[in-house]
Amino acid sequence: MRLLFGTVFALTIAAAIGLGATWIALTRGTAYGGVTIGAWTAWPKNGTAGIDPYARAMVARTGELPVGVGDGVAFYAKTDDAGQPLDGRCDVLLSGITPQARFWTVTLYDPEGRLVANSAQRQGFTSQEIIRRADGSFDILVGPRARPGNWLPTGGVEKYLLALRLYDTSVGMATRTGSEAPMPAIARRACL
Amino acid sequence: MIRLALWLLGAVLLGGIVHLTTVLLLPRMATQDAYARVSTIAAVNTVVPVPAPTPEKSVMPFMDPAFAVSVCRYDLSRSPLKFSVPISQAYTSVSFYTRNDVAYYAINDRAAGRRVIELDLMTAAQRAELPENEEITRADRLIVTSPTATGLIVIRALVPESGSAPAARNVLAAAQCRPQ
Repeated sequence: MRLLFGTVFALTIAAAIGLGATWIALTRGTAYGGVTIGAWTAWPKNGTAGIDPYARAMVARTGELPVGVGDGVAFYAKTDDAGQPLDGRCDVLLSGITPQARFWTVTLYDPEGRLVANSAQRQGFTSQEIIRRADGSFDILVGPRARPGNWLPTGGVEKYLLALRLYDTSVGMATRTGSEAPMPAIARRACL
Repeated sequence: MIRLALWLLGAVLLGGIVHLTTVLLLPRMATQDAYARVSTIAAVNTVVPVPAPTPEKSVMPFMDPAFAVSVCRYDLSRSPLKFSVPISQAYTSVSFYTRNDVAYYAINDRAAGRRVIELDLMTAAQRAELPENEEITRADRLIVTSPTATGLIVIRALVPESGSAPAARNVLAAAQCRPQ
């Protein structure tokens, strides 16, 4: 009797620990080998055959296709530079320059990777569309209300994330620091 | 007390095994992965345009809306595949994914260095069978080896400004993937 009870007890705990750990690992985005610069993180290794098992499982769960490393590299930001989550009801200023790349795009997604509906029908910018200063730097205002210049509408969603994708770039697995890859700063301004 | 601690220790170890097994098996069991999603719109060994993502509908999550995208869902079990796409004004790339969505190879227009990205896709076994005459091994023939017999070729052409979308789609419409 005691043996049966112990077995059931152990198996229940084992299933809870095992499945719980898998669930947490795949939903929290705890992939290894990330390159973090400021608020931005990229996983260049996920675009190679050397992708780790956790990232493979995550990709299989979400249904996305990682950007191949011979194509480009994708950086994601969920927070601003101060660590506050990006909130679509606030104005957020993206400013600075990007690392060397032939083209880049910046795109706003909801946490599930869907584009966000808005009245301006704009979900992102390409490096060709952006208005820059004479020194090549730029400002993108991400916020709920229309602004002159580079305005990326949030549609007022509560949570969003930004993707900055560099195409045909030297940034990759060997990149470690912001001096090699200067990413734009993300600063929160006023909230609605 | 010791007995309970032993049962707990056993449970934790078993839990670890369950965790690692599920993580390793998940890519094979997934029913909503990118390959499955593409399979609903694309027949085998033909180039099919992927509808541009909108807030309401997107074939895959995290698609870059600045690109026109086509896919070729390939099956090499009968024969190798010939693939070609002309390059666009802005930026064109071709990425290869295995049946389990692993990006094993990607090439862009500049790396290809020509007006057309042209290559042969085959399995390792088919490559080993290639006769070794100089006609076939000439340096300009790009051969890509697929780790799995099935997979995806994703062809992407950048739309740098919204006005250039038709040009990018035309380039993708000229892409070909066909069995040899």
